[in-house]
Amino acid sequence: MATIAAVIASTHHPFYYRASTSTGDDRPPFADEWVAKVTSFRETLTRANADVLVLVGSDHFHQLWLDNMPQFLVGKAPFYDANWYNEEREFGLPKMFFTGQEDLSAHILRNGLDAGFDLAFSNELRIDHSVTCPIITLRPQADLPIVPIYTNIFAPPLPQPKRYVQLGQMIRDVVESWPADLRVAIIGTGHLSLELGGPRQFGPHGPDPEFDRKAVEWIASGDIEKALGEVSLDSLWEPGNATHGFLDFMLMMGVAGAGQQADYVDTLDLFHTMEAYFTWYPGKTDAGGRA
Amino acid sequence: MNKFLYTVDRDPELVERYREDPRGTVEWWEAERANVILNVPTAEKSSWLRFSDAEREALATHDYPALFGLGVHPFLALTLFIAMFERDYTEPLGFQLEYAQRLSHYTMPYPDIAT
Repeated sequence: MATIAAVIASTHHPFYYRASTSTGDDRPPFADEWVAKVTSFRETLTRANADVLVLVGSDHFHQLWLDNMPQFLVGKAPFYDANWYNEEREFGLPKMFFTGQEDLSAHILRNGLDAGFDLAFSNELRIDHSVTCPIITLRPQADLPIVPIYTNIFAPPLPQPKRYVQLGQMIRDVVESWPADLRVAIIGTGHLSLELGGPRQFGPHGPDPEFDRKAVEWIASGDIEKALGEVSLDSLWEPGNATHGFLDFMLMMGVAGAGQQADYVDTLDLFHTMEAYFTWYPGKTDAGGRA
Repeated sequence: MNKFLYTVDRDPELVERYREDPRGTVEWWEAERANVILNVPTAEKSSWLRFSDAEREALATHDYPALFGLGVHPFLALTLFIAMFERDYTEPLGFQLEYAQRLSHYTMPYPDIAT
């Protein structure tokens, strides 16, 4: 059976690539600290010796459109191209290319459907920065096969928050039941308080530092119950109009497990939106070698 | 409106055309593209999509505060307007901060974006 090598959740700030690769006068003052934090975060995946990555993200109106909007979609393809013209344009993100892991995609689809999740799938999926940002931070060599999973956090109506948690729990269970002797890291990215195209955007901090403080505490302590008690589809507009991306953090809390303290927690109070990084090592036995 | 922003934003030529000639681009798009089903580029078309007068005018005049009030998806509007106008500002995030400021009269709850 597969082993969960690591469960990792983070933000997906698309400015990292440009900030971290800039030089001279173009290099922003916060770049060095950001690079140091990401370098340390990257080590949490490196030492887990993963063979395969499951990556949970959200298409930002790149391939998925309002004429046919899936709530939860699993990529099942031999390869995935990545990054879109408007991401190259706005963030300088490079084109990328990944190998798929179709056996695991098929296993997640079959077992997810049988567990009561009416999952959509795609056999030709171009992925965006919600998936490539964690690759850039955690695995820039982009050498491992992937299974991308997209969740709708942008186009209402959205599923209820508890559904994202349930999906995360299902993903965890189904990956653990995959009959392959491989180490799988499950990585997901979402938003803390964030405003896009609204009056509170691009401020010196995220729009709601108090929400961020509470959210980081819930995630770090695996307090799913508290998060579900304090968050609703209506309330998530308040910290910033793009804060429904927090639902993917709740999904990852479902993957990690209720009450599971993260083994690695770090944050960076950055302009526009706070960065946050969390890693769990299930079983906490040995985060490096083979089982 | 969202479909206009989405289809223009993904095409570098249309981005420039909409920057240079908003009214002409909106008129052409409504006539030629509004009813193209995105997965069906040449065959069957829809028959019923059109702008309201307020929507058409807001798009034709690059009036993103009005678009926000009309309930466009804020991410679609932001991304396209950054593509068109960020280049005119020397300060980093200069356009984005002006955009925020020009929306500052909107208070919570923001206009409904449900489709």
